[in-house]
Amino acid sequence: MQRFSFLSLARNALSHHEGWRRAWRSPPLREAYDVVIVGAGGHGLSTAYHLAKEHGISNVAVIEKGWLGGGNTARNTHTIRANFLRDVSIRFHDVSVKLYEQLSRELNYNILFSQRSMIDLIQSWGKLRDLRRRSLAMALHGPAYDLISVDELRRRIPAMGDLSGVRLPPLAGMAHPQAAMARHDAVAWSYARAADARGVEIHQHTEVTGFLRDARGRITGVETSRGTVRAGQVALATAGNTSHVAAKAGLSLPLVTRNLQAFVSEPVKPIIDVIVNCPDVGLYVMQSDKGELVIGGGTDPIPSYRQGCHVATFEDVVASLVELFPRFKALRMMRQWGGAIEFAYDASPIISKTGVEGLLVSTGWYGGFKSIPVGGLTYAHLIATGTPHPLAEAFGLDRFTGLRFLLEAGTVAQR
Amino acid sequence: MLQISCPWCGTRPEGEFICLGEAVPPRPDPAALSEAEWAAALANRANIRGLHAERWWHVRSCGRILTIWRDTVSHAIVPPPDGTAALEVKP
Ligand SMILES: Cc1cc2nc3c(=O)[nH]c(=O)nc-3n(C[C@H](O)[C@H](O)[C@H](O)COP(=O)(O)OP(=O)(O)OC[C@H]3O[C@@H](n4cnc5c(N)ncnc54)[C@H](O)[C@@H]3O)c2cc1C
Ligand SMILES: [Zn+2]
Repeated sequence: MQRFSFLSLARNALSHHEGWRRAWRSPPLREAYDVVIVGAGGHGLSTAYHLAKEHGISNVAVIEKGWLGGGNTARNTHTIRANFLRDVSIRFHDVSVKLYEQLSRELNYNILFSQRSMIDLIQSWGKLRDLRRRSLAMALHGPAYDLISVDELRRRIPAMGDLSGVRLPPLAGMAHPQAAMARHDAVAWSYARAADARGVEIHQHTEVTGFLRDARGRITGVETSRGTVRAGQVALATAGNTSHVAAKAGLSLPLVTRNLQAFVSEPVKPIIDVIVNCPDVGLYVMQSDKGELVIGGGTDPIPSYRQGCHVATFEDVVASLVELFPRFKALRMMRQWGGAIEFAYDASPIISKTGVEGLLVSTGWYGGFKSIPVGGLTYAHLIATGTPHPLAEAFGLDRFTGLRFLLEAGTVAQR
Repeated sequence: MLQISCPWCGTRPEGEFICLGEAVPPRPDPAALSEAEWAAALANRANIRGLHAERWWHVRSCGRILTIWRDTVSHAIVPPPDGTAALEVKP
């Protein structure tokens, strides 16, 4: 792997930056691999990296129907946090935040990690009770989630307008200092480059269309748009498309796919230096390094694979934005888009073997950019050893058959 | 904004409704099922990419629940395919 450093930058400047090698190869598709990972999003790529790094398994193909990192990883609003309700979720995401803190160094790639805190604006007693409960649960594990006053809220978010006239006057705030953002593409690219350097092959523009099975029903490979590929194990990392792909192996899963959208404004001077989250009205907003305001809200409340803008939700988010930040009425919006995200029945992730031998799933990542490092670490462990990683024991599909649901909730809009 | 046809109120904007998700079969008797079958009935969904039947609750008007057929990719609402009841209604 060609390493990035001040020296290598300077050296390449001399040759007008025309001497850089490609960050990953595009080798021909072979007939067989030990492991086929379906989906080259953050989760698939991180899993491949950890398979090679911790388990020495590098005869791996990551097969992607579009381009690498072009799914939800490309579409997400890059918030990283660990303010969850259940013990296992808090521990899992606390580890993910810590892995993110080291990621630029670990992968020799600047992911523009910026740990700038998330501030929740609380506008109802029910939400205050809900978040206080999270805060008490989190106090057992480490990451901070502290109640702050409305005055403190105003001090941390000076861009907010006069709050006295809003429909639901703020009652308090919560501050989560470990919350961060990172350049989403850089996360996908850095894992791709590091996995490739350890021998993993990434095959873009190759869609998995079916499965190969032996007489006993075990999965022995995949059918793709570029031919048949045999595999010792097939690990799905296909995000919102997972039900659709798994159905081809006769597998039914506790998942619903929905559209989540976001949009960005024209760039402006620095005006917000934290991640602002308003769960009662379904809005969050932060400012990117380029100066654009990155704005999002809740998921569209209908099953959907559309990957677009649903006008009813868009209107709700904009109405909340201009009520709390009246000055943003003057902003022009530059881009809007959506992604197909998948929710498990209990809104916790699934990292698991399945009822079909040789087929594994990692899914339920409706807010799983934050989970890419730990998701890959634990999925690779399961694939390599056949047993769940201690951090992810609770995330198996057996929790459904055992009726041991792990009820969680997103943090944005629960309307 | 989706326009949804309620058999009682006519075509109304989606904001008057709450989507209750995929139309699933009536709740089975848990005592008659294994734990795995009961869990699947409770939690598993077909989650179809394409045309599926789903329930909507006309909460801000007549209060009734209706079933429509909608494509989950294009969001187009279409008449029920042949062989399904036009608008099967849950009590
Ligand atoms: C608008 C929006 C905002 C979000 N904001 C946040 C946030 O702030 N914080 C956060 O933590 N999370 C957020 N998320 C969620 C986050 O984007 C995802 O959870 C995360 O990116 C999932 O990574 P992944 O690798 O599982 O999925 P993806 O990046 O979607 O990768 C899955 C890949 O599988 C491929 N694939 C699917 N089917 C096949 C097939 N049959 N054959 C081959 N390849 C296939 C797809 O093309 C895709 O590239 C957001 C999502 C959206 C849409
Ligand atoms: Zn009606």
